Amino acid sequence: MNSTFKAVTKDIEIAAGWQQKYRQIMLLGKQLPAMPDALKVDDALVKGCESKVWLYIEFDHSENSLVLAGDSDTRIVKGLLALILALYNGLTPEQAAQINAYDEFERLGLINHLSPSRGNGIKAMVDKIQTMAEQKR
Amino acid sequence: MFDIAKIRADFPLLNETVNEQPLVYLDSAATSQKPQAVIDALARFYSHENANVHRGRHTLSENATRNYEHTRTLLADYFSVKSNEIVWTKGATESINLIANGLASRLNPGDKIALSAIEHHANIVPWQQLAQRTGAQVIILPIENDLSINSEHCSEFITQQRPKIVAITHASNTLGNITDLAPIISACKAINAISVVDGAQAAMHLRPHLPEISCDLYVFSAHKMLGPTGLGGLYGRYELLKSLDVYQTGGEMIETVSLTQSTFRDAPGKFEAGTPNIAGVIAFAEAINYLTSLDFQQMRQHEHTVFAYAINQLAAIDGIRIYSNQECNIGNISFNYKDEHPFDLATLLDGFGVAVRSGHHCTQPIMSQLGIPGTVRASFALYNNKDDVDAFINALKNSIELLD
Ligand SMILES: Cc1ncc(COP(=O)(O)O)c(C=O)c1O
Repeated sequence: MNSTFKAVTKDIEIAAGWQQKYRQIMLLGKQLPAMPDALKVDDALVKGCESKVWLYIEFDHSENSLVLAGDSDTRIVKGLLALILALYNGLTPEQAAQINAYDEFERLGLINHLSPSRGNGIKAMVDKIQTMAEQKR
Repeated sequence: MFDIAKIRADFPLLNETVNEQPLVYLDSAATSQKPQAVIDALARFYSHENANVHRGRHTLSENATRNYEHTRTLLADYFSVKSNEIVWTKGATESINLIANGLASRLNPGDKIALSAIEHHANIVPWQQLAQRTGAQVIILPIENDLSINSEHCSEFITQQRPKIVAITHASNTLGNITDLAPIISACKAINAISVVDGAQAAMHLRPHLPEISCDLYVFSAHKMLGPTGLGGLYGRYELLKSLDVYQTGGEMIETVSLTQSTFRDAPGKFEAGTPNIAGVIAFAEAINYLTSLDFQQMRQHEHTVFAYAINQLAAIDGIRIYSNQECNIGNISFNYKDEHPFDLATLLDGFGVAVRSGHHCTQPIMSQLGIPGTVRASFALYNNKDDVDAFINALKNSIELLD
């Protein structure tokens, strides 16, 4: 697993109780660089969510790595999105395919958020990234 | 006396914990909880009484048929109408589809179908589809800036526009606002428009006396009236009901069938094709009995007390904006906090064990009009009390603290 993700999730792991956990997640969201409006096109909109979630995903051929950016109009989803980006950004398709987002979210006590019935689009995002990684392998 | 402690004890789900917190259930507009009597009736039916209806001369089948028809009579009494004016469906959505389909053959291109701007999608989309099929046109009743329905303005509009059908909600699911139906229904009668009232939200809270409302059709969902899911129905003034075209065809709804043609049973039977939700209908009797065992005035008084208390507590929080009408309301409060997304608030409230709904509540036109992505909706029912409000307000203040 990459070091950014480790650094980013440290505070969530040690958070005492769910309220602190949410606070940390929302903090992560706040720190996420704003996504340029030009990238917030309908194509990048993750469908079927109550909140608006954009995920921009590109493949950098020269670096052989995934390039991700994203945004959401809600704080919690934006924070979860920041986790996903930290998990996958800059990885090669081979590395990305090795990642099991479910295990990571489970470890952080956030697995509920990966359930499709939550309607937050997190699962759809993970699926989209994994599909891209598969295609580029 | 309205014994709220005793009533709460009748609803086992209210004792659940979620996220290690005692549940505070404020989502009854989505579906109501069920009293033990309804839950028991479902188990009893499948354990001891299960048989198909209207078929077979054996004892179980005859008992099931009798009980199934008995619920129809109970519900007809609840609405003060005749039992042959009640049709079972799988819910309000299917009821509106059944009605829209049943009226299709009497619409001509250019005919108008009038809807309000605050309808649930279930009372919009079937009419749009019907309009597409028939060349009719959907028109929208006037709405005030605060999203209230001014019935005088609506009736003037109806008189001018002369729609063939007027479909309007008795109470808004998003806002809880109660529609003053009388002037609207009179305007419909004056021009012979068919009036369809969406009672999905109002049927439990307002125990509507349908002859007084005097609409042609009224739809409801059992699961929003303490009853089981997968069941609902409609009332239709008999003369009109029997003239509607059938919706689905097949077994059960026929009189005679040859290989080339069939004749249908009289209404309501002709609208109930196939094996119906027998267990649901039979258990629904217990829900109706439960509601009618409560004195209506006392129940409404209690609901209003809890609602008014919630409104007062909410309004006292700086930055809260309430969208609902604060007097004439079945008990649904739509609100937002500053510019916060309703999703975040609802997620945090859930962490505190408070179940509310966030989003557009299947009323996207309302959200477009307000220019917001959605609202948080806390919806109350007869089994909620002031402690629920206190727990909700407390959780809300804590959630806001996490956001600020
Ligand atoms: C006002 C209104 N109409 C119609 C419906 C549709 O009811 P059902 O989903 O039970 O068919 C609902 C349910 O949310 C509602 O609130």
